[in-house]
Amino acid sequence: MSILVIAEHDNKTLNGATLNVVAAAQKIGGDITVLVVGSAAQAVADASAKVAGVSKVLLADNAAYANQLAENVAALVADVAKSYSHVLAASTSNGKNILPRVAALLDVSMITDIIAVESANNFKRPIYAGNAIATVQSEEAIVVGTVRGTAFDPVASEGGSAAVEAVSEAKDAGISKFVAEEIVKSERPELTAARIVVSGGRGVGSGENYHTVLDPLADKLGAAQGASRAAVDAGFVPNDMQVGQTGKIVAPDLYIAVGISGAIQHLAGMKDSKVIVAINKDEEAPINAVADYWLVGDLNAVVPELVSKL
Amino acid sequence: MKALVAVKRVVDANVKVRVKPDNSGVDLTNVKMSINPFCEIAVEEAVRLKEKGTVSEIIVVSIGPKEAQEQIRSAMALGADRGILVETADDIGALEVAKILKGVVEQEQPQLILLGKQAIDDDSNQVGQMLAALLGVGQGTFASEVKVDGDKVQVTREIDGGLQTVELSLPAIVTTDLRLNEPRYAALPNIMKARKKPLDNKSPADYGVTTSTKLKTVKVEPPAERKAGVQVKSVDELVEKLKNEAKVI
Repeated sequence: MSILVIAEHDNKTLNGATLNVVAAAQKIGGDITVLVVGSAAQAVADASAKVAGVSKVLLADNAAYANQLAENVAALVADVAKSYSHVLAASTSNGKNILPRVAALLDVSMITDIIAVESANNFKRPIYAGNAIATVQSEEAIVVGTVRGTAFDPVASEGGSAAVEAVSEAKDAGISKFVAEEIVKSERPELTAARIVVSGGRGVGSGENYHTVLDPLADKLGAAQGASRAAVDAGFVPNDMQVGQTGKIVAPDLYIAVGISGAIQHLAGMKDSKVIVAINKDEEAPINAVADYWLVGDLNAVVPELVSKL
Repeated sequence: MKALVAVKRVVDANVKVRVKPDNSGVDLTNVKMSINPFCEIAVEEAVRLKEKGTVSEIIVVSIGPKEAQEQIRSAMALGADRGILVETADDIGALEVAKILKGVVEQEQPQLILLGKQAIDDDSNQVGQMLAALLGVGQGTFASEVKVDGDKVQVTREIDGGLQTVELSLPAIVTTDLRLNEPRYAALPNIMKARKKPLDNKSPADYGVTTSTKLKTVKVEPPAERKAGVQVKSVDELVEKLKNEAKVI
């Protein structure tokens, strides 16, 4: 087996999600090469070379790859991929944008959101918003898939000493152009990697109340903050905080759901958390069915009391 | 310009599905089926572009069983002009769907092709990207805003850290995210009118595509059950449990 892992990065730092993908690659077994496609991304290649278990790093450094435009990146990845048995990327918005394009260019089917490696050709993935787990078998010459990070413990970011090779070829399809980016800045831990997540739903009432009530709790616990779709749609918080089938998938040690009823689509994003706490005024809320501990009460009173007692 | 919208018939979003006892799949007998929510948003966006005068004709296509014509009629009731049903009883993979759609695109020559970002049954999030690759056109995935300007389209995309805007040359693929728009309800007169709109029946073979896939589903299982939890009566009890029983804080 020879496995190509596509690095997730912002041209400066290697995103931790890549470490989970390398962990999945190790379960398949074989030589692991990390491909860094970016612009002025030498630091990312250097960081990738230090990742435990990586035997080679390829760096495709060109201005055409600066913003990870799928049209350019996928063409390069597909070209490099031809000499590998597996191509893996993280199930991030970037991985999901690029990898299906790569698969189609290679004329192979693809597996989204791998949560377990059974063998080099058999994988488990969730379907129907996580209400069923499918085992799929790929008979393709090249197995292409995205890996759900929360399902694999990351490998160490230090300890490896892979060689870095440059890929000189550049692909600019010329059919797409980067215009602008608006990145939400936060001092809190990253949502998908956090050990504790505090999430608010429609029940928090307003954007102002979301922050008044939940910020102190998240601060106290050093937690990342999330939200249900209802809270995002109501404009309480930006959409990159949405946890669920169509948002981020998290599996922290502790997930505290505040004012969230627990629709199927929300549960899809958090029900693999180790411990789930629900704070809700509704005794019948579906969230209680997956919660380890639930407290029925007014969140405006309960949450501040919780903060004071932690 | 012409717009093409792909819609999928899926189990309704509010249904909690059950896995069949023989682990061959999920039980869909007598379960309510609907248009995939993301596809509905794609239809709505096309209709809004038509109302603005950007789009002149909306063609809606679905690939699936005969019953998928219900979803095509629903899309027509929302404002699509005509439909194409590519009928197949087979469980068909994303790559094969993309290949059939490529055939439809080559025949119809739409400038804008709208799809949902993912179907809520297989959760693959692949078809739009694959179709873009097969056609060699640009892709604006996970769109929360679409602006057509001459022979270009600007798409604001939902990415992990926030939002990104890209500009694509037309023809292009756009896949919709939930925040792109709020789909309208079909009014009864429009549902009646939709019955008279043209609907072509095709087969995968008409586009030279076979529906066999090299990705086989070996087994479908229910997810691991979570252990039943307990209701705590006070914040003190919650803090005590989190500290001493769960040991997470």
